[in-house]
Amino acid sequence: MAAARGTVVGSLLLKYGNRFAGSHIVTTAVGRQPVSRQICTSCCLLRKNLAAAGPEKFTEEFIKQQVEEFNIGKRHLANMMGEDPETFTQQDIDRSIKYLFPSGLFEKKARPVMKHPDEVFPKQTAIQWGQDGRPFHFLFYTGKQSYYSLMHDVYGKMLAVEKHQDRLRNKGLFSQDTNQIALVGSRWLRKEELEELLVENISDNDYARFIQLMERLLSMPYSALEEECVQRYRRQLEVQSSKQEIPPLQHDQQGAAFSTAVGRRKTATASVVCRDGGSGKMTINGKDHLQCFPVLQDREQLVFPLHFVNMLGRFDVEASVSGGGRSAQSGALRLALSRALLTFLPDDQVEHVRQAGLLTSDPRVKERKKPGQAKARKKFTWKKR
Amino acid sequence: MTLHRLSLRLRQAVSQARHLHSSRSGQQLEALAVEPELPKELSFFRTRESDPACHADVHMGQYYTLSPVHLRTIFPHGLPSRFQLQMKTFNETCVMVRQPALELISHLKKADYSKPAVRYMFYGVNGCGKTLSLCHALHYCHTQGWLVLHIPDAHLWVKNCKELLPSSFCPSRFDQPIEASQWLRNFKITNEPVLSKLKTTQRYVWTKRESTEEGRTLAELVEQGMSRVRTSSDVVGALLKELRLQAGKPMEGREEGLRLAVAVDGVNALWGRTSLKKEDKSVVAPEELTLIHNLRKMMKNDWCGGAVISSLSQTGSLFKPKDVFLPQELLGEDGFDDMDPFVPVPVSNYSEKESESCYLYYMDRNWLQHPHSRTEEGKKELLFLSNRNPNVLERLCASH
Repeated sequence: MAAARGTVVGSLLLKYGNRFAGSHIVTTAVGRQPVSRQICTSCCLLRKNLAAAGPEKFTEEFIKQQVEEFNIGKRHLANMMGEDPETFTQQDIDRSIKYLFPSGLFEKKARPVMKHPDEVFPKQTAIQWGQDGRPFHFLFYTGKQSYYSLMHDVYGKMLAVEKHQDRLRNKGLFSQDTNQIALVGSRWLRKEELEELLVENISDNDYARFIQLMERLLSMPYSALEEECVQRYRRQLEVQSSKQEIPPLQHDQQGAAFSTAVGRRKTATASVVCRDGGSGKMTINGKDHLQCFPVLQDREQLVFPLHFVNMLGRFDVEASVSGGGRSAQSGALRLALSRALLTFLPDDQVEHVRQAGLLTSDPRVKERKKPGQAKARKKFTWKKR
Repeated sequence: MTLHRLSLRLRQAVSQARHLHSSRSGQQLEALAVEPELPKELSFFRTRESDPACHADVHMGQYYTLSPVHLRTIFPHGLPSRFQLQMKTFNETCVMVRQPALELISHLKKADYSKPAVRYMFYGVNGCGKTLSLCHALHYCHTQGWLVLHIPDAHLWVKNCKELLPSSFCPSRFDQPIEASQWLRNFKITNEPVLSKLKTTQRYVWTKRESTEEGRTLAELVEQGMSRVRTSSDVVGALLKELRLQAGKPMEGREEGLRLAVAVDGVNALWGRTSLKKEDKSVVAPEELTLIHNLRKMMKNDWCGGAVISSLSQTGSLFKPKDVFLPQELLGEDGFDDMDPFVPVPVSNYSEKESESCYLYYMDRNWLQHPHSRTEEGKKELLFLSNRNPNVLERLCASH
């Protein structure tokens, strides 16, 4: 398909492109390339001498051309799948590619992908110098012009705020209690996000200095003047519990409320039915919980969710569990029980439960055995000679 | 001395618990209403009635105290080891009055002793209180003047035996001198007064030089067994035979005749497997042990004038999985056929009232150290974690 003709693989080019990075192009870090295998590659990739094939591939027109091709390709794909091209979203594209090119590769990043060129081609800076070879930016020769220019700008703003404060002091209108910028619920940009914004690499020290500078700006009483500048470098924190899935409340024939939930830990799966208006009994696989878990530790794990929300004697719990060992089974039951209990709780208690760690599924699984070692970590006996 | 102080402390417990158990007996209510300086019916988890014959449904869930005298006589070897530790710690012996024991005592009161002996069997999950119910029933039997033949744990006779002598009486059988002599010692402590009134009916020859003539008292027989350890197993056999013959017969000092209570804890050991080995490393079957052989004869209901009270036990049993507790499973085919017909008495975990009572008892004894376990939530947690099983609850409270 003409539309499906891919372009060069970004990473390969950039790897060779970086050899010349010092003199020509300031490119982004290689490490976080979205390694995407385009549908077909052109043979010009395989050329070793890429001096001529340097920056042209990533010029503005090139990117624009890629975008057009992508859009056309999207429409063709929509037609192929029999869907409406106007309302064909990226999710639909992913779904269709997965259908048309099924891949069994384990590495998700190695599978076929069709994404917008902005996501595929890393952001690049344009050429930084003019015809005469003189760089445009006055901080070009620092090597990290965007970063230093940012620091310079922020410092300039700080000086402006100090000047404003001095003026107020002269007039006698200076007061300590002014409106401060609302910082609750937001966080500073992470180092990766800052790098993305500046389109250049910065070191940990640089990032730390940047944060220091911003904090110093905020510490001044009249920093509210530069609010938009500060907010540009802050991101909102999401409220985690809004993403929590609460199982729906169901009613059985007698009218008693109950809820069902599933939990997993290592290889054990547990499914729990929590019925309201009970006497605090717990049945697991038809047996008593005392019979099932003779060890106190396992029973304590079961008791923890109920005890935390103070509903020990209220529910009748019927559970079934399989797989894993005794700890895994009790952990799976605990998770399933916490999830089932969420239905009966008010929202703020849901947040408490989440913060108590009852709703986090334990990601620890058995580590694989490595070749050349006896077990996952244990090595064979080391012989000096 | 302590009773007065006790009442002051317990008044709090009483006022807390009063609203929960307002449907207590008339005895309790009038006692609480009177509220004198002397402590009367202490609190609802204790009762002053220490005679098992007078225990009734009203006392269910309450603890009654065993006097030290009775303790030394009746139970030199009968009580479970954890209970003995508890006795030592609390400096008193308190047993809870529960429904299975009361049921058994009522059966014993109403039984016809001219008919063959009825066999009762306590069964239930591990740690639900079978042995203590058995001891409660035995206390009743002893206070009624019966002769109590109590084998505290039949499992002890089929495992971990240091010495196995080939029996002189029958060459294919094995004797256990140490166990037999120890048991005879304890038996004598329990039944001394009655034994001196009973006489042997035949002559027993132990060795070339020793014999017991006809008409000697059974106390002498027991002495003989205790001193001559080698023949103690045979003495036990002879003793059992004598008692079987004389049960129900008229006796001096008793109009209704001799009543015999045979109490065996862990009766499933008689028909299970042993962990003992002969010299050629082959396994010893239970029938090949003299003590077990004689005891099996005792368990048959071919004698009158008494009762056989037994309880099953998985805890000490050999080669049985952990979760079996039903008579069929623990006794096996042979055992069930031998014991059939019997009256099964199920023992279950604590009911709500009983668990409440147990918790208050531990609180009263200052046994619960953790401050959280003294709150209402702590109590719910304890009861949930132990699932109201008496043994598990006791262990849990001991560590909290």
